[in-house]
Amino acid sequence: MNALAKTEPLLQIEGLTKHFHVRLGAFGEREAVVHALDDVSFDIMPGETLSVVGESGCGKSTAGFTILQLHRPTAGRIRYQGRNLAGLDEKALRPYRRELQIIFQDPYSTLNPRMTIGEAIAEPILFHKLAPKGEVKSRVERLLADVGLPVRFAMRYPHELSGGQRQRVAIARALACEPKFIVCDEAISALDVSIQAQIINLLLELQRKYGLTYLFIAHDLAVVRHISTRVAVMYLGRVAELAPRDRLFGSPLHPYTRALLSAVPEADPAYERKRQRQILQGDVPSPMAPPAGCRFHTRCPLATDRCRVEMPVWREASPGHHVACHLAEGGGE
Amino acid sequence: MAGEKPQEPLLNVRDLSIEVATRNGPARIVDGISLTVDKGETLGVVGESGCGKSLTMLSLLGLLPNKISVIGGSAIFKGRDLLAMPHRELRKVRGGEIGFVFQDPMTSLNPVVRIGQQVMEPLLYHRNMSRAEARKRAGELLKLVGIPGAEERLDNYPHELSGGMRQRVMIAIGLACDPALLIADEPTTALDVTIQAQIVDIVKELRAKLGMSIVWITHDLALIAGLVDRVVVLYAGTVVEDAPVDVLYENPAHPYTRGLLASIPRLKDEGAEKLSSIGGTPPEPGRRPAGCAFAPRCPIARAECERAAPALEPLKGGGPHRVACFAAGEIAEAVA
Repeated sequence: MNALAKTEPLLQIEGLTKHFHVRLGAFGEREAVVHALDDVSFDIMPGETLSVVGESGCGKSTAGFTILQLHRPTAGRIRYQGRNLAGLDEKALRPYRRELQIIFQDPYSTLNPRMTIGEAIAEPILFHKLAPKGEVKSRVERLLADVGLPVRFAMRYPHELSGGQRQRVAIARALACEPKFIVCDEAISALDVSIQAQIINLLLELQRKYGLTYLFIAHDLAVVRHISTRVAVMYLGRVAELAPRDRLFGSPLHPYTRALLSAVPEADPAYERKRQRQILQGDVPSPMAPPAGCRFHTRCPLATDRCRVEMPVWREASPGHHVACHLAEGGGE
Repeated sequence: MAGEKPQEPLLNVRDLSIEVATRNGPARIVDGISLTVDKGETLGVVGESGCGKSLTMLSLLGLLPNKISVIGGSAIFKGRDLLAMPHRELRKVRGGEIGFVFQDPMTSLNPVVRIGQQVMEPLLYHRNMSRAEARKRAGELLKLVGIPGAEERLDNYPHELSGGMRQRVMIAIGLACDPALLIADEPTTALDVTIQAQIVDIVKELRAKLGMSIVWITHDLALIAGLVDRVVVLYAGTVVEDAPVDVLYENPAHPYTRGLLASIPRLKDEGAEKLSSIGGTPPEPGRRPAGCAFAPRCPIARAECERAAPALEPLKGGGPHRVACFAAGEIAEAVA
């Protein structure tokens, strides 16, 4: 981490845990605890794109929500500018809410259908008093230009826009707050391929222009390879591996990471026909009853007796490359 | 694999057009689609949302939603026109000779009926099996699609199964009556990559075992690369390119196909700085431009493209590679 270690992290996440209490059964007579996030720690460096990948239910979205205090954590700390966000009440959080923004998967359900695009983008500017009343209109126009939409779109309603255009509006709304950090929660997953590429390019361009830091939550590994600085792989509420992008894709240490990469299809017929895939058997176990020991052991092709009882520690296998696996102990390969 | 002799295709769709009734009058969603599926062939139908790929296949099964109707064309399956068939006859084909699997197994399975019963249904209806026979066959089918403990699972309800297992149940239902053709509409889109890989694997295995033809509808060019024999690319309700799979990925001749392939980020490659993307958005049905529907987004569009729509024609040298683009010949030469 030599180059990164010199700068202070923008966010430090320490031991972040989120349990949800749920009631089961027709009459809610049984109680259960969903271990959505268990003892997750990592730093987010200024200006980077840290991607979080994993299958549905692995806790990647919960991680994003909990960092932003949209869910209050069960335990753990989120350090931002020297403050622990988890310890702040709503009022004290408000200035931080402006700086820490989120873009969701489905912009249609996050935009108010009765507000014009212009009103929707102006709302955060007015709320946070980021510009005098007279300048709001020009600020909205600049934001529309930033996200590549014509100024006349300010008069339109969300239903008049295509999915890609609505996602541009959602990005403009986040930008209106002049944020430092944006969680992109599956922000491009619902878009068609040709549109997806447009939005990825836009996000990268805005990052350079405004020095933004992204937590990019996604399940498409090819997209993640394209845009990330570092990548964290989550499985059942825990981080299995975290490494700089090329390390993670080039020499993955965790068997789960390897299996995930092996499952991704390539747009190359000859390669696909020859390819020997390592296909994971079975499904992800329920987060209401996560397996003892290593959580991946029920599906791991390499699991040993030790994996079934002892939880692997989170350690740095090589500089900047973290992994939680007994078998990667020696540094892998 | 596509046979070389000009034998009758299993399914031959000609000039299919579909319209939706809107407040402003009818809008054309599918505009003269023609495609064929050979016996034992797996055809990929690719396109973005709204291109008409799902409606095309639903229309063959007589399953179009209200307000959407076929206004022309034919679909010859085993010598009979599916589009002209009386409902009672079509019902025998649907789920019998043509099986289908949809995107979301949670909404296609009945939540209050045990899965065994749902797998048995086509066997009882199409094959006149006794309940005992059908139940035995249902257990075999669940085993065939790789459901562990298949026989005990017969009495489960859909909510007791994971998404991947539910999709396997859908495949078992689709294959229950040994169909000649299986239509799969984005069957893995709602699933995680590791589960998607499982499903693709099981379909390949079943295809080798049972030899049915498959139409796999998808938006994901990477997913079908190793799965299909031929690909039909749709844009705004028309076929823009139709080619054997290797040809399509190596020498795509339509600017839209080329744009699509270029905008997919690849896992193998180092992340390039900027993804190439196709500007603009597809036209809405009813607001389609007069000429080529792709012209407004096309990087090489010229005057003639705005005047007339190009027909789907074989590339120079004939063969199975067909393209609907005035510049296709030039593109193919430049690439070769």
